[in-house]
Formats: sequence, C-alpha cells, structure tokens
Amino acid sequence: MSLTLTRVEPSIAGVGDYIELLKPRVMSLVVFTAFVGLLIAPGQVHPMVGFTALLCIAVGAGAAGALNMWYDADIDARMTRTAARPIPAGRVAPGEALAFGVMLAVGSVVVLGLLVNVIAAALLAVTIAFYVGVYTMWLKRRTPQNIVIGGAAGALPPVIGWVAATGSLAVEPVLLFAIIFFWTPPHFWALSLYRTEDYTRAGIPMLPVVAGARETRRQIVLYTLLLAPLGVAPWLLGYAGLSYGVVALATGAVMIALALRVRAEEEGTHTASKQLFGFSILYLFLLFAMLLGDHLAGGLLAHGAA
Amino acid sequence: MTMMNGVVSGAMNEPKPEPGIKLTEQQQRARRARSVAIAVSLGVLVVLFYIMTLVKGPGVLVRPL
Repeated sequence: MSLTLTRVEPSIAGVGDYIELLKPRVMSLVVFTAFVGLLIAPGQVHPMVGFTALLCIAVGAGAAGALNMWYDADIDARMTRTAARPIPAGRVAPGEALAFGVMLAVGSVVVLGLLVNVIAAALLAVTIAFYVGVYTMWLKRRTPQNIVIGGAAGALPPVIGWVAATGSLAVEPVLLFAIIFFWTPPHFWALSLYRTEDYTRAGIPMLPVVAGARETRRQIVLYTLLLAPLGVAPWLLGYAGLSYGVVALATGAVMIALALRVRAEEEGTHTASKQLFGFSILYLFLLFAMLLGDHLAGGLLAHGAA
Repeated sequence: MTMMNGVVSGAMNEPKPEPGIKLTEQQQRARRARSVAIAVSLGVLVVLFYIMTLVKGPGVLVRPL
C-alpha cells in the first residue's frame, strides 16, 4: 500500500472570494421574498426575531450557493458566464468551498431553530438539501426539467419567512411559492435561449439544448400563461388590495406579450428573450413589492382608524 | 584543518531555516483578512445570541414546534 502526499498550496482566497461563493445577487432576491413572507404574515414579529430569521435564511441561501459552486466547478469552468467564479479561477480550493458551505448550512439551520422556531429551521434545511441534493447533484445534469423541479428550492424562502413569523403554514405563503415556482421556467429558459452554446459546451441538458429553441419558446408561453393568473390570484382571493391587482394584471399582460414575442422571434435573434429575462426579474420584484406596500398601507390605515 | 574547522564553525553559526511553509506577502494579507472576517462573524453571532436572550427573556428556551 502506498501513500501519496500532495502538497496543498496556502490559500490566496480573499474575503471577497468567499462572498462571491454565496451568490449575493441570488441571495438578495431570496432575502427580499422571505422578507415579504415574514411581514405579510398575521400577528406581530419582534424586529430582532425577524432580523435573525432573515439573516439565517440569507446565510442558508448563501451556503446552498457555495455548495452548488463546489459541485459544479467542472461545468462552471466550461461556461463563459461562470468561468471566472472563485473555484474554476483557482482562487478558492474545492475543499475550502465545501467546508465553508457545509459550515454555513448547518450553522444557519441550527441558529434559526434555536432562536426563531424549529419548523422554519426544518424548512430551511429542506430548501438547502433540495437545491444542493435534488437540483445540483441529481437533476441539473440529467433532465431538461432541472429548473422546473429545482425551482421549488427558490420558491420556498417566502414560506420560510411566513413560518418564522407564525410557526405555521397557510394558503397565502403557498400562493407565493406557486408564483415563484411558475416564474422560474420562463425566466431561466429565456436566459438559456441566448446561452445555448454555453450550456451545450458544458453538457447541461437545458431545454433548448435537448428539445431545441422552438419547443423552449412554446413552453415559455405555456408557463407564462399559468404564471400571469397566479400573479393576480392574491388579489382575486382577497389577500391583497386593488393596487396590487392592477399592477399584477398589467405586468402579467406584459409578461404574456413578451413571451409571445419570444415565440414569434426568428431563429438566431434573441432580442425578445433578453427582454423577457430582464422584465421577469422586474415582474417578480414588483409583485412582491406591491404585496408588501399593500400590507403596510393596510396596517397604517388600520392604525389611523384606531 | 583550520580551514575545515572554519567552514564547520561558519555553518554552525548560520541561522536555521524555519520549519513549515513560508507564506508570501499576498498569502499573509489574504489570511489576515480571512481571520478578521471570521472574528467579526463570531462577534456578530455572540451579540445576536445576547440580544435574542434579552428579547425572549425566560422564554428563550421555549421553541414552539
């Protein structure tokens, strides 16, 4: 039996590299949707409890991002969009990223369980496990439905926020989950339409790579037709006011119009895909911002009447 | 013999190289920045637990399922 020792070079990773492992842009959307879930939940939440819940959700999301970058370092190196990430660029060793991710994942779940409540902590653990285990390790390299099923992980933060505030589930956070779940496919498929070469080079079976651009455009339209009514549902079911309903109707109509433009777009041109990708981020932000604004306005009116 | 002795005594007077890996200036800077970040994070965690203990009072150990 021989023992091979490999010399490990001392790390040159800076703090910024570790922050990059947390995927701060994804984290900001996660924190925002969780914040909305937390604030629109019934009852009063102490600001420190709310802050702790959001901090744990943010760190948990970051941990999932770091573990995703650890596992996907080989395909990240083959894609122009991701080649400069800390691991493929050689600034952070894979083992360091793994240890960092595991430590943050365990830490965020434990702290959320100790300081907020156990159900929220369990949901955060499920979210991290789903993103890393189900999406990254299992689905991403195997099926074009990767982002459809994997989208559940990205849709859970508002539910965790709600549960952190109330300790229980209800219809409203499930509705928020559904909105993000059905928003994910048109959002990522619009991106993948103009990044098809990247995904092909990396061997990731995204829908345009496996089924072609035409089928992807068709499915973008189908999912957007499901998404737009779901966006209006909080108003129709009486969970949000008229201002939310008007914005949801208008922006939902724009989403459908852009999806139809994507479908009508000629092969090789990606103007409409880029527009849909950009607008989809604004759409989700506006829906959640309006829910928040509607709730805060309702609270102020009730306070004024009392 | 004297020369040989001189060589021997000269080699004995030379400072021994420090054992282990010698970090470059960049590696030292990076390690210091990481250490400071870890210290700040741990400090934030301690303060967070302290404040949450004050906020929750005796109920800090009551964690509803």
